Amino acid sequence: MQETKKDTGFEIVTREDFSDVTYLLEIRHPLMAKAARPGQFVIVMLHEHGERIPLTIADFDRNKGTITLVIQAVGKTTKEMQQNCRQGTHLYAIVGPMGIPSHIGKAKKVVCVGGGLGVAPIFPQARAYKESGAYVIGVVGFRSRELMFWEDRFRACCDELIVCTDDGSAGIRGLVTAGIKQAIAKHSDIDEVVAIGPPVMMKGCAEATRSARIKTMVSLNPVMVDGTGMCGGCRVKVGGKMMFACVDGPDFDGHQVDFDDLMFRLRRFVPTEKAALERWQDSCRMKIPPIERLELPDPFEEVKGG
Amino acid sequence: MATKKKTIRTIPQERTPVREQDPQARAKNFSEVSLGYQLDDALREAERCLMCPDQPCVRGCPVGIDIPGFIRKISEKNFHGAYDTLTDTNLLPAVCGRVCPQETQCEGVCTVGDVLAPVAIGRLERWVGDLAIKEGWANIPYIEPNGFKVGIVGSGPAGMACAADMAKAGCDVTVYEAFHQAGGVLKYGIPDFRLPNEVVDAEIERLVRLGIKFECNTLVGRLFTIEQMISEMGFHALFVGTGAGYPSFMGIPGESFNGVLSANELLTRCNLMRAKEFPNFDTPLQPGRRVAVIGAGNTAMDAMRVSLRLGAEKVYCIYRRTKTEAPARAEEIHHAEEEGIEFHWLTSPVEILDDGKNNVRGMRCIRMELGEPDESGRRRPVPVAGSEFEFEADAVVFAIGTNANPILGQTCKFKLNRRGYIDADDDLATSITGVFAGGDIVTGAATVIEAMGAGRKAARSMKAYLGLRDSDVVYLPERAGGAGKLFGIDLSERGYARVRIA
Repeated sequence: MQETKKDTGFEIVTREDFSDVTYLLEIRHPLMAKAARPGQFVIVMLHEHGERIPLTIADFDRNKGTITLVIQAVGKTTKEMQQNCRQGTHLYAIVGPMGIPSHIGKAKKVVCVGGGLGVAPIFPQARAYKESGAYVIGVVGFRSRELMFWEDRFRACCDELIVCTDDGSAGIRGLVTAGIKQAIAKHSDIDEVVAIGPPVMMKGCAEATRSARIKTMVSLNPVMVDGTGMCGGCRVKVGGKMMFACVDGPDFDGHQVDFDDLMFRLRRFVPTEKAALERWQDSCRMKIPPIERLELPDPFEEVKGG
Repeated sequence: MATKKKTIRTIPQERTPVREQDPQARAKNFSEVSLGYQLDDALREAERCLMCPDQPCVRGCPVGIDIPGFIRKISEKNFHGAYDTLTDTNLLPAVCGRVCPQETQCEGVCTVGDVLAPVAIGRLERWVGDLAIKEGWANIPYIEPNGFKVGIVGSGPAGMACAADMAKAGCDVTVYEAFHQAGGVLKYGIPDFRLPNEVVDAEIERLVRLGIKFECNTLVGRLFTIEQMISEMGFHALFVGTGAGYPSFMGIPGESFNGVLSANELLTRCNLMRAKEFPNFDTPLQPGRRVAVIGAGNTAMDAMRVSLRLGAEKVYCIYRRTKTEAPARAEEIHHAEEEGIEFHWLTSPVEILDDGKNNVRGMRCIRMELGEPDESGRRRPVPVAGSEFEFEADAVVFAIGTNANPILGQTCKFKLNRRGYIDADDDLATSITGVFAGGDIVTGAATVIEAMGAGRKAARSMKAYLGLRDSDVVYLPERAGGAGKLFGIDLSERGYARVRIA
C-alpha cells in the first residue's frame, strides 16, 4: 500500500565505496531483478523532497533479488545519497527497469567500452555478450590504479581486457579511445563496439570507430523527469531526428548521435544545480570532508570515475 | 415550498457568482483561483434548478450523474444525501466540480440555460465534494468480495473511475502507477491553483477506503508485462489507462535549445516535483523572464499561468488560429486574460533563435490567416507570405498536444491503431482477452471527465466479461432498462437492504 511504502521504501542491502566519489548500492527489488536486462536504467528518488535522477543499472542478481547501482557523487542528490545511503537504509522511490534493453545480437566479436560512470553499466552488457557466445574485448578507463574496481568481474566475462589509466599506473596510459584503437589494430573482424560513459567519451569512441565503419552503440543519459516518455526533457538528436532517450533509447547508434547537442542540453540546469549543491553543503549538519572542486563536472570534460 | 412548482420566473434569475482571488494577487501565488461557494450561495443556486422532467443535464454528463437528484438534496439541506447521490456515479466530485468543462456538458444543455444563465452545476458539485472532504464523508457500500482480482494500469482519472466501480462490485483491485504518487494527470498536470493536490489526495484516500490498493513506482510493461499480469500474477481482468503523455514538438529548427520545453515537463516539474518550492524541493526549473507558450488548449493555459506564478515578467500565448478556435475552456482563457497573459492570435513560430550559447533568445514567427475549414471543421490557418518577424523570449513552451505513450506498445502484444493508440472496440475491449483500455491511450488527449466516463464504461464491460451483475441493474434499474421491476418486485415496494450482488 502507498502508506507503508512511504515508510519503508526500498532497502539498501549493500554499500561499497570504490573511491571518495564512486560508490555502489545494492537495492532489494526482486521484481526488478527479474525484469532487468542489460542497458536499462532506473529512476531514483532519495526522499520525498528529492529529484528524480536516472541511473543505469550496473548489475542485477535474480537469485538474491537485488539490483546494483554504481553512482558518482557529482551533484547535490548524488552527494546526499553518498552521505545518507547506508546498508539498511531505504530509498524513497526507485522505478524501472526503463528503456529498451540493449540488443544483444549475433555479433561474434564485440568491444565493450566503459569509462567514468560507464564502467559499471557496461559490465552486464559484456556478460550478456559472453553468454551469447561472442568474443568479448573489454576496455575500461580509470584515473589511476587505486580507483579501479570490478577488474575480477570483467576478467571473468571478457576474453581480453584492456585497462586504460590516465597516469599509466595500470594497463595502458591514456583514454579509452587508445584502448579501442589497440583492439581494432589487433582484431580486424570486430562486429560491434558498445560504449558507455560521459558524453564526450562516447563521442570519442564513435569517432574512433567511424573510419573503420564498426557499428558503435552508445547509451545516452540526458536530464529526465519521469523516464516514461511523458516530459520530453530527455530529447536527443539522432540522425537528424528527435528521439526521447527514455523510451526510444537509451541505446542509439553512436555514429548518428549529435553529441554536442546532448552536451549543451546537459548544461540546462547548471546554475540551479550549483545553487542547490552550495546551499545543501552550507546547511548540512553533518561534517563533510572538504571537497576539492565545488563546481559540477562540465559535460564537455571527461570525468573519470573510479 | 417544496411542493410549489418552480418556473423560470420564480427561480433566482441571476446565476450565483463565485468569489475568486483578485487577478493581481493570484498571479503571484499558487492558491486556488476560485474560492468556491459558501452554504448560502449553494442553497441559492440549488433553487435555480427547475427539476425539469426532461433532465438534459444527466445526458450531457459523460458519467451520467443524477444532477437534479443531488441538487434537490442540497435544497432539502440533506448534504450527505447529495454527496451519496453524486458518488453513486462519480467518485471524485471535488475534482470534477473543478476541472470539468461544464459549459459544453451538463450546463451546456441545462433547460434554465435556454432563457437565463444555466444552473452552476459544477460549482454545486464542487461545494458538495469539498464539504465531504471537510466532514470526512465517504460513500462506502457493503462490499462482498467475489474473488476476482482486477489490475488497473495508470492511476489517472480513467484508472481511478474503473478501479472504484470494480472495487464496489467486490473485486480485489490493485492500481499501478509509474510515478511515486498516485493521481496521474490530476497530480502532475493540473496546477494547484485549479486543483490543489490535497484535494486529489483526499479523493484517492476515499478509494483506499474502498479497499483499492495503490502500487506506485511500478512501470507496467517494463517491470512486468500485461501478459505476465494475466498468466503469472493471477489477474482476471485488466484495465489500461496510461494516458497519451508523449509530448509533440513542431519539428522546427532550434527545438533542442536550452529554454525550450514541453508543457508536460514544465507542469510536472512544478506540480508534482514541487520545483516551485525549490530549493526546499530538489527538482530545478529554470525560470524564464519572458515565456512564450505555443498552443491555446487547457494545457497551454495552465503552462502560461504557472509561468506567471513562477515569476515571469511577460507570458505570451502564441496560437496559429484565433480565440474562437482556441480549444481551451472559455473560463480558462478569461482567467488567463485577467492575469495579464498576452495573446498573439494568428501567429506561428517557424524557428527558435539562440544567443550563440544554445540558450533561447527568441523566435521567428509568421502571421497566419484563416482559410478553408479543415477536417476538424475549424478554418485552416494559412501563413501570410513575407510576414515573418522576430519575437523576444527566453523560454519557449510547447503545448501543442501529445501522442500515444509507446511503452505498452513496445512491450505487450496490443493491437495499436496507426497513430500508436491502443485499438479498442465499442466496449473498450482490446485485442488481448480480458484486457480493457480507455481514456487518452485509446482516444487521444481529452478531458478528465471523458477519461472517467471511459473508465466507468470499461468497468461495465469488465463486469460483463467476468460475469458480474452490473450494480446499475440492481440500484438503478430504470436506467439499466429494468422496466420498473427488480427481481419481480415493484420498485415502489423497495424496502430491502442494500446488498451486493456479484
